[in-house]
Amino acid sequence: MSESNAVIRVEGIRKTYLMGKTEVHALQGVDFTVEQGELVAIMGASGSGKSTLMNIIGGLDYPSSGSYFLDGIEVNKLSKNELADVRNQKIGFVFQGFNLLARTSAIENTELPLLYDRKNRFKNHREAARKALERVGLGDRVDHHPNELSGGQQQRVAIARALVTTPSIVLADEPTGNLDSKTTVEVMQLFQELNAEGVTIILVTHEDEVARYARRVVELRDGQIIKDVIQQPDSAADDVRDLLARRKAAQDLEAEALAGDAATTNQGTLDAG
Amino acid sequence: MRAFRLIKVAGKSIVKNKMRTLLTMLGIIIGVGAVIIMVAIGEGAQSQIEEQIQNLGTNMLVITPGAATTSGASQGAMSFNRLRSEDADKIRNESVYAAGVSEVIFTRTQIVGGNGNWRSTIHGVTTDYPVIRDWDLRSGRFFDASEERTGKKVIVLGATIADNLFPDRDPVGERVLVRNVPMDVIGVLEMKGQTPDGNDQDDVALAPVQTVQRRLSNWTFIRQILVNTYSPDDIDEAQEELKAIMREAHGLADWAPDDFEIRNQEQLSEAAQGTTEVMTALLAAIASISLLVGGIGIMNIMLVSVTERTREIGIRMAIGARGGDVLTQFLIESIVMSILGGALGIALGVGGSSLLGSSMGWATAVNTETVVVAIVFSAAVGIFFGFYPARKAAALNPIDALRFE
Repeated sequence: MSESNAVIRVEGIRKTYLMGKTEVHALQGVDFTVEQGELVAIMGASGSGKSTLMNIIGGLDYPSSGSYFLDGIEVNKLSKNELADVRNQKIGFVFQGFNLLARTSAIENTELPLLYDRKNRFKNHREAARKALERVGLGDRVDHHPNELSGGQQQRVAIARALVTTPSIVLADEPTGNLDSKTTVEVMQLFQELNAEGVTIILVTHEDEVARYARRVVELRDGQIIKDVIQQPDSAADDVRDLLARRKAAQDLEAEALAGDAATTNQGTLDAG
Repeated sequence: MRAFRLIKVAGKSIVKNKMRTLLTMLGIIIGVGAVIIMVAIGEGAQSQIEEQIQNLGTNMLVITPGAATTSGASQGAMSFNRLRSEDADKIRNESVYAAGVSEVIFTRTQIVGGNGNWRSTIHGVTTDYPVIRDWDLRSGRFFDASEERTGKKVIVLGATIADNLFPDRDPVGERVLVRNVPMDVIGVLEMKGQTPDGNDQDDVALAPVQTVQRRLSNWTFIRQILVNTYSPDDIDEAQEELKAIMREAHGLADWAPDDFEIRNQEQLSEAAQGTTEVMTALLAAIASISLLVGGIGIMNIMLVSVTERTREIGIRMAIGARGGDVLTQFLIESIVMSILGGALGIALGVGGSSLLGSSMGWATAVNTETVVVAIVFSAAVGIFFGFYPARKAAALNPIDALRFE
């Protein structure tokens, strides 16, 4: 057992796929630990093995060899059903494509993991889901369906769904891949806030734009860790403020120009749409 | 609690995809509806036939001359192998079970009167006859014991004769000529309808057996002896008893075969019922095929649905659904859909059979048994045809399912 308060301890993990007749070594001996309360970005180009590592950490896949401890439980020795329970109790997933159920309200999406909670830790599912949604700033949108929400809001619902079971780690796979730059920064701000409240978060990304908000960056290449550094993260909150200020300035400028146009010509309504 | 939540999840998914749900259920709706309508028609026909048999007379035993009557010279001078009034009298005197006894003799002849004439059968019977046959009078009265004993020239007309000879008035009090014998019409029988084999039971006239024997036919042998029992439960015992009395009356030695035959209505109705039961079974079998096709329809849609919802399955698995949870969800979905379809099918079946009953004039009878069987069967269809798609869903790998576009 780990002597420190490591949430994740990965030791000598290898993963080999058989693609047709050729063997693909996706992971070739990866060791690393994540402590309670960390905000880690796992980086790497496509084919570096980061998705495979995420699947294993997320309890969606078994390693070919090596061991993986999550909260002291040796996950690679669990049965499929036990693995499902670990995913439910200890891991909160956030996906690139949000992966919300269509035609299902935000609160119903959020309470979904509680349906599979065999320990029945939460008596009132509705209430737990509502709290999670309030935590991500969507307390006023509980009954909205995904198609009535913006991309950023959908991702917030997904984050609320990840948080609702109070997991040991939140595992986010390219969480901003489908978002514009402004929303990206806003979502990162939310992750930083949650991390400040003590939530352990692992981000999987290939973008430096995202990784710079993490305190620790682990980089993979060809199935091995080539870099593991602690850095001073940028504040997403500051960036959001800057971004908003810049947008405001740009809008003001535009409005001025428009007002000027309207003063000189009387056809200001022509391109109003 | 978890099961309840899973049912709720399945219910929501069904409600969210109304069109798909309806199309899925359509097969079951039609299948169950068809089974119920078909069985209702079959049972209706059966109960109609039963009623017709009941109309022939309840608790009734019929004694007729046996086949032995035709076998020639060995018969004694007294012709014991034929039925006589003495046999009927012996039954009247000795039988414990017989409530009423009536000889019946037939003679077919022309009846003249009213608007013209009508060829029909005149039955010579006793006062017990209307009770045995459970046959009421439409008007007038039946002849009494003294009229019977003295062979009064009175006659009770069946509805068919009355309606043909006296279409515009009540024949009671009129006089008809039968073989040039004037007879007073004292009553008209209730309409009884047709026998199961299509004979008009109302094309008949009844007169005292003495009158028919002495004045109309000169025929001393009687064609039938009708006996009714106090209760339908006595039929079998009564049959045994009558057999003994008849054998004694005819002086038959122990080794000699019966020279008469005793039949009860049950034997008659069994034959008729056998036919309709085969018909009902056939109709039900045909309808069951449509139910089976409905089940295959459910399986089809569920299979498509599993593919269509691969991503949803992946999401559910990623957030902690076990294979068993996914299996249960899909299984519940197909069961709920098929039971719902079954319920709608029952509504269709009940509505359809009462519509058929009223518009086509068919007797239909929906029994609860069919309804229960239909519900159980549709649930079974849901489980059977839902299992394969559900297992397919449960066996999905979450990683592949999540990546599925």
